[in-house]
Amino acid sequence: MPAENMVQASPVENKGKKRRVVEETYDVCVVGAGHAGCEAALACARLGLQTIVFTVSVDSIAMMPCNPNIGGSSKGHLVREIDALGGEMGKNIDKTFIQSKMLNKSKGPAVHSLRAQADKAAYSMEMRKTLQNTKNLTIRQAEVSEIITENNVITGVKTFSGAVYHCRAVVLCTGTYLRARCLYGEVVNYTGPNGLQPANHLTDSLKEHGVEMFRFKTGTPARIDKNTIDFSKMQEQFGDERVVPFSFTTNPDDVQIDQVSCWLTYTNEKTHEIIRDNLDRSPIYAGVIKGTGPRYCPSIEDKVVKFADKDRHQVFIEPEGLNTNEMYVGGMSSSLPEDVQYEMYRTVPGLEHAKIVRNAYAIEYDCINPNQLLPTLEFKKIKGLFSGGQFNGSSGYEEAASQGLIAGINASMSILGKKQLILHRSESYIGVLIDDLVTKENHEPYRMMTSRAEYRLLLRQDNADLRLSKYGHEVGLISDERYEWVVEKEKLIQDEINRVEYVTVGANKDVQSLLEQYGSVPLNTGTTLTELIRRPELSYEVLAPIDPERPDLPAEVQEQVSINIKYDGYIRRQIKQVEHFKKLEAKKIPEDFDYDAVDSLRIEARQKLKLYRPVSIGQASRISGVSPADISMLLVHMEQMRHQAGKKES
Amino acid sequence: MKTDTIAAIATAMTASGIGIVRISGDEAFDVIDRIYRSKNGKKVLSKEPSHTIHYGYIMDGDEMIDEVMVLLMKAPNSYTREDTIEIDCHGGVLVMRRILETVLKYGARPAEPGEFTKRAFLNGRIDLSQAESVIDIIQSKNDFALKSSISQLNGALTDKIRAIRAKIIHEIAFIESALDDPEHISIDGYGEKLEKIVEEIQTELEKMIRSSENGSILKEGINTVIVGKPNAGKSSLLNVLVGKERAIVTDIAGTTRDVLEEQINLNGISLNIIDTAGIRNTEDVVEKIGVDKAKQYLGDADLVIYVVDSSTALDENDEEIIAMLADKKAVVLLNKSDLAAVTTVDDLAKRLDQKIIPVSTKENTGIEEFENTIKDMFFHGQLSFNDEIYITNIRHKNLLSEAHESLKMVEQSIADGMPEDFYSIDLMNAYESLGNIIGEAVDDDLVNEIFSKFCMGK
Repeated sequence: MPAENMVQASPVENKGKKRRVVEETYDVCVVGAGHAGCEAALACARLGLQTIVFTVSVDSIAMMPCNPNIGGSSKGHLVREIDALGGEMGKNIDKTFIQSKMLNKSKGPAVHSLRAQADKAAYSMEMRKTLQNTKNLTIRQAEVSEIITENNVITGVKTFSGAVYHCRAVVLCTGTYLRARCLYGEVVNYTGPNGLQPANHLTDSLKEHGVEMFRFKTGTPARIDKNTIDFSKMQEQFGDERVVPFSFTTNPDDVQIDQVSCWLTYTNEKTHEIIRDNLDRSPIYAGVIKGTGPRYCPSIEDKVVKFADKDRHQVFIEPEGLNTNEMYVGGMSSSLPEDVQYEMYRTVPGLEHAKIVRNAYAIEYDCINPNQLLPTLEFKKIKGLFSGGQFNGSSGYEEAASQGLIAGINASMSILGKKQLILHRSESYIGVLIDDLVTKENHEPYRMMTSRAEYRLLLRQDNADLRLSKYGHEVGLISDERYEWVVEKEKLIQDEINRVEYVTVGANKDVQSLLEQYGSVPLNTGTTLTELIRRPELSYEVLAPIDPERPDLPAEVQEQVSINIKYDGYIRRQIKQVEHFKKLEAKKIPEDFDYDAVDSLRIEARQKLKLYRPVSIGQASRISGVSPADISMLLVHMEQMRHQAGKKES
Repeated sequence: MKTDTIAAIATAMTASGIGIVRISGDEAFDVIDRIYRSKNGKKVLSKEPSHTIHYGYIMDGDEMIDEVMVLLMKAPNSYTREDTIEIDCHGGVLVMRRILETVLKYGARPAEPGEFTKRAFLNGRIDLSQAESVIDIIQSKNDFALKSSISQLNGALTDKIRAIRAKIIHEIAFIESALDDPEHISIDGYGEKLEKIVEEIQTELEKMIRSSENGSILKEGINTVIVGKPNAGKSSLLNVLVGKERAIVTDIAGTTRDVLEEQINLNGISLNIIDTAGIRNTEDVVEKIGVDKAKQYLGDADLVIYVVDSSTALDENDEEIIAMLADKKAVVLLNKSDLAAVTTVDDLAKRLDQKIIPVSTKENTGIEEFENTIKDMFFHGQLSFNDEIYITNIRHKNLLSEAHESLKMVEQSIADGMPEDFYSIDLMNAYESLGNIIGEAVDDDLVNEIFSKFCMGK
């Protein structure tokens, strides 16, 4: 039963004086209102739970403190999956994008990925509106400084002002705010991103509860005043002519807007020289920052040092919104001193007279070692405590939102007494993301990549709804109506695949001329439509003229028919691999399994298994240091236990 | 748990009368249907009743491998409680190996060490009390398999596989970084370049597969060590057996300072012979290393050939060797029977309980008796091959072929004009197969390679 929302003030002793503090009760407290926190809070509230979301600044809800994009390679997949599960990110970017592109369109469908430029302020405002208009959801500006537990079960949180919020589940989404400090050159600011107030107290409380903390760093480039840029020296980058929306619920006709452009320019030898000459003033190279930065978005200093043979690097100048002059300098994040920043940016063609609005900086923050989490994103040792986003050691808005959604769903499921949602690697990028976080050793902010998904041919952005809507529906975030359409769509796709297999095509004039039109070899004898669709230069769609019986199907159905037929061989192979994978995942290891009782485990394996406490044999097999022989031992031991249990009963 | 189909040679790798190749798993009958031909060519074994025996041939396409009896056991009435086939073939290492290879080629995979027993247990076939022995089997066999698949691989081969893997992962990393960051890294026209690289790697793999057919991945055979005092005639013996001048032979004691290896075949029994430095107390540092090695090899050997110089008296060095022979299979050759005897067969017989044969490597006498002795020991089961080495070799060959097959699919994808992301799927499979040979898992190789070799990012 959801909690009654009560506000009361209760007396507490304080240095002999009675002081009254605010006390309230909710079902769920979400700490942080960034991309993870918003998804978590929305999921809980939408599932009927009384939810409060805390933020250090209400003005920073769903803020994008770094790049002005949503999506990109593999991240676009995540947004699609969030949408299929009933999350908000896809809908929000569809409302607020100012340019959109489908990346990798010349490659296979598995790596097509949507990326949109966001109007940052609009994105943040739209999300805030959605939060404000959601039933059961309270927004509160306050710094949460403590978690409160009883017997390792979460019972509430306390804010810096002393207010106590009782609850049954907490979702921590503190992003980069915990004991944050921002650095460039010799300057150190003890603030969160964009000069916002950091959260300096929660770390201690977590440590007291036995949580192991890491310290990660990341960085962002400068923002430059548009009026000081000479765009004539840059190449204009346009959005796609026909925009594809992120959300499966957005009508494609609604997103055909006037788009703004991005601009491409390059660094040069002069830029690199300035950087090299000033490396000793970079806090990272000078050793002030010790943590390893993420390798996938290296600072321009790192690029110049590590890839010394490259005489230039690309620089993308991207608008931050329609109502701001600030332009993001993609590719040139830095923590060099202010004066060096001016000097180096001004060597770039088009930026000769650039004025900086905000400096580039590096940011350091506390996060957790995510191996303390179950695949549900609940802490193994503290029941009812969940977490998501950069706090879990990931990076990126989309990675954060994905985890926030799953943490929110599972916090709700545990309160409602329903089954937890664990997505597998074989069915989603979100599954890969979370499994990697909780199973593999992680020494830098984790970013999604398509190469991390071993079954990526099956995990396409175009079929996220087919893959995941059933889960969104099961937990209660996807409406019956929306789910029924997915079921219907699935049927239409299968029926059409079956139909074209039996459509024979003769070597007649119409057929030959159509083939010729697409540079395809003419037919000698008759064949089936399926065979023709498999030819690389052809597709289901272009063969319509020689398929008179074709039913009138929505474009999204046609697309699936085409992909499924074209890549059938590869898809089948991956499905076979997935079947094997699933068997191992289904082999659950009991929560209280005693690894010390398995004599024959090697010491390293035993230590790792005790530390990670995998939920299944499949997860155990992915822990580095656990060999196939160790897995055999586990299986034999578990079977032995099963026999013994069986004997006792009989 | 795993229900894929596994196969292995179930009998010892000796020249016994009958050998059994066992197949177990969901597709056991599919596999046998693909390779079995009855006398009239009409029988389909999957249609035959369980627990029946069938005469016929094992075929690799049109090539007949052997005349066999096939025993069918349908699940759950088998040792593993899965569909199981046993192929009884003519014993003989080569035949069994060919049959196993054929079975693998047509759909089974090589069984892991102890896997039949493991499946039997996991499927509830074996009693609880036997669980401990299952664990022991898995453990010991795994220890061996690990040792043999990694440490026994010769260094050159490991290096070759590492080099090929490095090439493959570099190409995958390039493709993946271009997919991940298409605006920074362009992949246009890459197919042609990759085609060439794939072709090169395939040629290398083909060479390795061919050499594995000659059994030279791991040295197969009975590990045999020749020991004796310096200048007793060890190297001369080896030369006689091999039939060519191989070891450096001089009259100066202590000339074989290193360890020489040779593989010889005595009537179909292969011996892996290691010729060692003469064992004696020495101050010479280099020679001392050789002596220490000789002692170590002696400890590990399946068979020891102890060469004694009959023209000199036994001394403390001989005593030391004799002590080490106590619990080994050994043959003593009393060499230099052409010279006046100082040490006799009787002198030796008093000290050790091993077969003693007088020989002269110079006159080539007594060698035949020695060869017959070895043969008798083998057929009486006193000596046997280490079958794990055979199995490891077959597994390696299978993995090499898998890698080769995956690269073929890359070529096919390029020829078909598939998009670049499809190349990396099969390249990764090849990378994994090769990694399994040298015991290296994939883990984070790719991500590391991408970040270290390609500049990406915002």
